[in-house]
Amino acid sequence: MDLSELLNAVFNFSDYAELLPLVRNSLIAGAILGLVGGLIGVFVMMRDLAFAVHGIAELSFAGAAFALLIGANVVFGSLVGSVIAAVVLGVLGMRARDRNSITGVIMSFGLGLGILFLSLYEGRSANKFGLLTGQIVSVDTVQLNLLAAGSAVVVLGLLAIWRPLTFASADPDLAEARGVPVGALAIVFMFLLGLAVALSIQVVGALLVLSLVITPAAAALRVSSSPRVVVLLSVLFAVTATLGGILLALGGSLPISPYVTTISFLIYVVCRLAGARRQRRGRVGRRTEPAVKVSAG
Amino acid sequence: MSGATTEAVRLQGASLSFGRRVLWHDLDLTIKPGEFFAVLGPNGSGKTSFLRVLLGLQPLSHGTAEINGRGLERGSRDIGYIPQQKTFAPETPLRARDLVGLGLDGHRWGIRLNARKHRRRVDELLEMVGAEGYAEAPVGQLSGGEQQRLRAAQALASDPKVLLCDEPLLSLDLHHQQAVSAMINRQCHEKNSAVVFVTHEINPIIDYVDRVLYLAGGQFRVGTPEEVMTTEVLSRMYNSHVEVIHNQGRIIVVGLPDATTHQHGEGE
Repeated sequence: MDLSELLNAVFNFSDYAELLPLVRNSLIAGAILGLVGGLIGVFVMMRDLAFAVHGIAELSFAGAAFALLIGANVVFGSLVGSVIAAVVLGVLGMRARDRNSITGVIMSFGLGLGILFLSLYEGRSANKFGLLTGQIVSVDTVQLNLLAAGSAVVVLGLLAIWRPLTFASADPDLAEARGVPVGALAIVFMFLLGLAVALSIQVVGALLVLSLVITPAAAALRVSSSPRVVVLLSVLFAVTATLGGILLALGGSLPISPYVTTISFLIYVVCRLAGARRQRRGRVGRRTEPAVKVSAG
Repeated sequence: MSGATTEAVRLQGASLSFGRRVLWHDLDLTIKPGEFFAVLGPNGSGKTSFLRVLLGLQPLSHGTAEINGRGLERGSRDIGYIPQQKTFAPETPLRARDLVGLGLDGHRWGIRLNARKHRRRVDELLEMVGAEGYAEAPVGQLSGGEQQRLRAAQALASDPKVLLCDEPLLSLDLHHQQAVSAMINRQCHEKNSAVVFVTHEINPIIDYVDRVLYLAGGQFRVGTPEEVMTTEVLSRMYNSHVEVIHNQGRIIVVGLPDATTHQHGEGE
């Protein structure tokens, strides 16, 4: 393959107008999942759960592989696997140190199970590969409805617990003293995270789920500290990555996940550079003149 | 609200033990509104557990406790709480004003709807503690002293009857120690709140303290600093000779069995 053939495989926009209507479902699914990943990612960053997300994704992969093997709905199987993993992590791993070791244990077990189920499966090998690297191009209406319903649960659930979850994530000791049910919130959040991870896997696959759930939020945190701006940017970045990835992948013969992860990564790099400039400029959010009122009594 | 006759804090026959280890027992204590009450003692003597009891996070082994005439309840709006200073991760997506805002309504479900009214109240609180200058600064970039001012603003948000402080001056420089303790004292006198101030170092607050509770070796003493902080009383509690020196309005304790409890040194 020479360079022009390579470029042609990566970027190909011939017959674009005819292809576009065919991926309408995929575009809707991509936008929804961008919203979910961007929203929940902010809390994943605040609660230092990046590694746990990876672990949940592997168990979700095992669940999906099992569903594929027995001929059940793959999205449903991935949901079951990831919710079980997330809730187990939530119950066992309250403290970050425990959580990392438990995540490691669960993750390798899940990946092993997934490989076992896929080896036993005798159907199309494209189905196998899709679980790991994404398969959104083939979203049908039934799957889209399932994705939309799951996403609605995650988004509404997050909105319902938004303030106490922010409090408990930023400052658990004080939140507990103020009467916030910190432990119960952690479990509820892990449940929602399990749902969100399982849904994101449908776009980018189990191996690349972090690019939807972590990277956009991490990028947003580099350039702002305002909670509202961070959430908006995180969602914007995630939706840009999914929609952009689907649209770029359309003409070529490649899966969409490399496009999604690359856009996501580039956004992060830009935000990191912008964030470094922001920090160099000096102390953010402070008035330059010294405060006149000093309250020492 | 209840009149001045209600005790801010009342403990009757209160005991706390973990397994066979008794932290304190048969503690009878009342703290009046407007009283500045210090809780002193070495590490592991149960100072922080004492606060956790009042916060409703730690049940008593025996006895009863009340705040403002009512039984203890977690998250009571009668209580303001200033925890120990802790550092926030540099990328926490909160500014100073958001942290104070969580003290106002962080325990409520859902998202914030009345943003304008909320913003006004946060501005008032920021001004009260002199933090207007860094209201928009990310919390991850604040110094320990700046953070503790915000903690105070958070704690004062509900205009509490009882202000519980857990070593709020720890790791602050002298200037911020004075500013934060003066702020707490002002709430005590101007708003008639009772202050329960857990510390291992009495000197930064010695001018404000009305009475102290000294915990050591499973025993306790309650009284004014002059009554409790003496060579005789502390030597008996520690069961070894402890020298207490009063010098220019400061109290210096020499020869504590557990030397690590006074790492912050005298004359700070």
